[in-house]
Amino acid sequence: MESLSISATAGRKKLNGNQEMNPKLQAKKVDVFYGDNHVIKGVSMDIDPNTVTAFIGPSGCGKSTFLRLLNRMNDYIEGFSKRGHVLIDDEDIYDKKVRVEELRKKVGMVFQKPNPFPKTIYENVVYGLRIQGISDKNVLDETVERCLQQAALWDEVKDTLKKSALALSGGQQQRLCIARTLATAPSIVLMDEPASALDPISTSKIEELIYELKQKYTIIIVTHNMQQAGRVSDNTAFFYMGDLVEYGATKEIFTNPKQQRTQNYITGRFG
Amino acid sequence: MNKLNRNRIVDSAFKWFGIACTLFGLVMLGIFLFGIIRDGIGRIDWDFLVNGPSRRAQNAGILPAMVGTLWVLGLTAIIAIPVGVSAGIYLEEYGKKNRLASVIEVNITNLAGVPSIIYGLLGLEIFGRVMGMGGSLLAGSCTLALLILPVIIVATRESVKATPNTIREASYALGASKWQTVWRQVLPAASGGIVTGVILALSRAIGETAPLIVVGALAYVDHVPATPMDDFTVLPIQIFNWVSRPQQAFLVNAAAGILILLLITFMMNGIALYLRHRWQKKVKW
Amino acid sequence: MRKGEKLIERLLLAAAAISILTTAGIIWVLLSESIGFFSKVSIWDFLTDTQWTPLFADKHFGILPLLTGTLLTTVIAIVVALPVGLTVAIYLNEYAPRRFRKVIKPLLEILAAVPTVVYGYFALTVVTPFLQKIIPGLSGFNALSPGIVMGIMIIPLISSLSEDALYAVPKSLREASYGMGATRFQTSFRVLVPAASSGIIVSVILAISRAVGETMIVAIAAGQQPRLTLDPTVPIETITTYIVQVSMGDVARGTLEYQTIFAAGITLFVFTLLLNNLSLRIKKRLRQKYE
Repeated sequence: MESLSISATAGRKKLNGNQEMNPKLQAKKVDVFYGDNHVIKGVSMDIDPNTVTAFIGPSGCGKSTFLRLLNRMNDYIEGFSKRGHVLIDDEDIYDKKVRVEELRKKVGMVFQKPNPFPKTIYENVVYGLRIQGISDKNVLDETVERCLQQAALWDEVKDTLKKSALALSGGQQQRLCIARTLATAPSIVLMDEPASALDPISTSKIEELIYELKQKYTIIIVTHNMQQAGRVSDNTAFFYMGDLVEYGATKEIFTNPKQQRTQNYITGRFG
Repeated sequence: MNKLNRNRIVDSAFKWFGIACTLFGLVMLGIFLFGIIRDGIGRIDWDFLVNGPSRRAQNAGILPAMVGTLWVLGLTAIIAIPVGVSAGIYLEEYGKKNRLASVIEVNITNLAGVPSIIYGLLGLEIFGRVMGMGGSLLAGSCTLALLILPVIIVATRESVKATPNTIREASYALGASKWQTVWRQVLPAASGGIVTGVILALSRAIGETAPLIVVGALAYVDHVPATPMDDFTVLPIQIFNWVSRPQQAFLVNAAAGILILLLITFMMNGIALYLRHRWQKKVKW
Repeated sequence: MRKGEKLIERLLLAAAAISILTTAGIIWVLLSESIGFFSKVSIWDFLTDTQWTPLFADKHFGILPLLTGTLLTTVIAIVVALPVGLTVAIYLNEYAPRRFRKVIKPLLEILAAVPTVVYGYFALTVVTPFLQKIIPGLSGFNALSPGIVMGIMIIPLISSLSEDALYAVPKSLREASYGMGATRFQTSFRVLVPAASSGIIVSVILAISRAVGETMIVAIAAGQQPRLTLDPTVPIETITTYIVQVSMGDVARGTLEYQTIFAAGITLFVFTLLLNNLSLRIKKRLRQKYE
């Protein structure tokens, strides 16, 4: 199967985003193996700052795997190995000198199923700061308020910060997880199907949130919901069986895809 | 038809037999407890609690034994808890793939099945003789700590294993290191189960008699131990000592001592079970 | 921070490695003193002499009387615990209503939580006098009374593990049996118990190991007279009681008498080690079967 690599220059013409700046994140000919399983095949892409990029594709196509490359969460998987490079701010994140804990402060992740810690709302948000040794109450308080506001949760919980996070509803927990991620002041936020475990109202709240967050952060979101990708993202990447089949401006991908497979997926011929 | 009826009768009969067997042990225990209470409750008075041993049964008391038991409880806990919890954390969080860890695991399983008196022999030689602790509280506590170590390790492992991986993922994704994740997320989440296991292990430790006798706890200790290097006795040994005497009055003392020992044991077990109940309720992620 | 992480990992490993040190310590202690013993007493005498009198003037060092003492009390304990424990397991598994089971299981565990000194007292002051009424000529110290009490103590050991084994039998086997019109009794004994036999056997082996290593119940109620006999009505001595007896006395270190407790100890250790490893092996085979 041939895979389509989008070169940096050709790709940028098709992207919505700031075309004058360097790309925030670059993947160059990345292959991923789990043992002998070749799960990502020669993927290259550039992602511009302050954009929302959606990864779509059928189950098992590798989009989540590729996402987890970007904050090195795959490092924990038995038999993981990769070829190629992933650059963030022009630095290879897999370089031996890179401290993975530092990387993850710059590249945050929100997971599919909300996973708040079994602690208070307040402690959840400040966890990322405490592990850096920050304990100044003023700094922590300020961060809590700021991030919960950014996550559109502040009004709902400002009087109950010391209550257990597990008492919140699913949608609230997910927004808490987003606030928690924002507390370390990342520049990139990865979201792995953040709304798939939530009800429609919570989902739309999260989608609004993503639109707001775009102003400050670069967001990459994996979703199996194509309409969501259409609503929320500037650019879309379509993965199929480990290949990056097509990557371009969301409008174009959905109205005028260049690849037949993309066309088939979008119109629901398979999925 | 006849066979069918016979099968039914057998089935019914076995059901009653089953109930009988199930209650047998408990009934025995009940009879036994009733007897102990009847024999011993009258003997428990202030003198009994504050006196030391004596040749005359009426003057004998359990004070040195009680203090010894408390000392042993404390020292054993101080030694066994950090070692046991650390070992449990290592085996569950760090040692999953390495060979040394599986050797250690096999070791722990084997050690759990070694009779407690053998630990006594170990303590006698290694702690008592080689390390020069003699028949002291310290030697006894080290011995008991080794004895209950497998229990604490297993309880720690089970509790750590039960914490969902999503907690770890979220912690790593926020830039925490492995130890930070263990110390700040995994251990607190597992603490309920660990505490339960520790209390059960300690409750077992204070009921142990044989290993301490072998290590050198004395049967007749008339002073209250004041330092870890002192000679000592514990409540079960005091009871054993009294039971071994022919005079009826000493048997009454033994019954009274047993009541106190059982009170402590059941209280600890009760607390542990209550904590486990509460912890299990909490762990509904 | 990486250095700190490595140090912490090493400390945790050290804690875990204490278990290896413990095993090594036990083996070293038992071996080194036993070697001293066997340099003075031949293994042949140890294994075949019918008397064990190391503390008397006329010294014999045959382990058989202690072995039969241990064996006798263990067998009696198992004769009590196995039928009762297995019946309890079957009853709770197939017959009992859920609520009853939920209440009874923790209650049965209480039997295991009682300190063994307490059981010893019970054997001496309640069970023996009671048995003396039924069995004329029953000595005040005997093997029967502690054996029965030990059996009561280990009922939950057998019942709990056997019940887990029965519970693990696939539902399909149960349904097949009931579907053919079998009663609970027939299903239990013809289908479930055979299917769960490995697990049940493991529970029995562990119970035996526990009984063999038991000290205080026999120390209080069985007597201190090593005797090569299978008569449960007379005083005997077990390996464990002997060790306690010597420890309470004034035997000096380094003497042959002192070394006898290690010779006894290593015998006990070897026995329980074999039993435990046997049960582990059966458990492993059981796990592989259900993979």
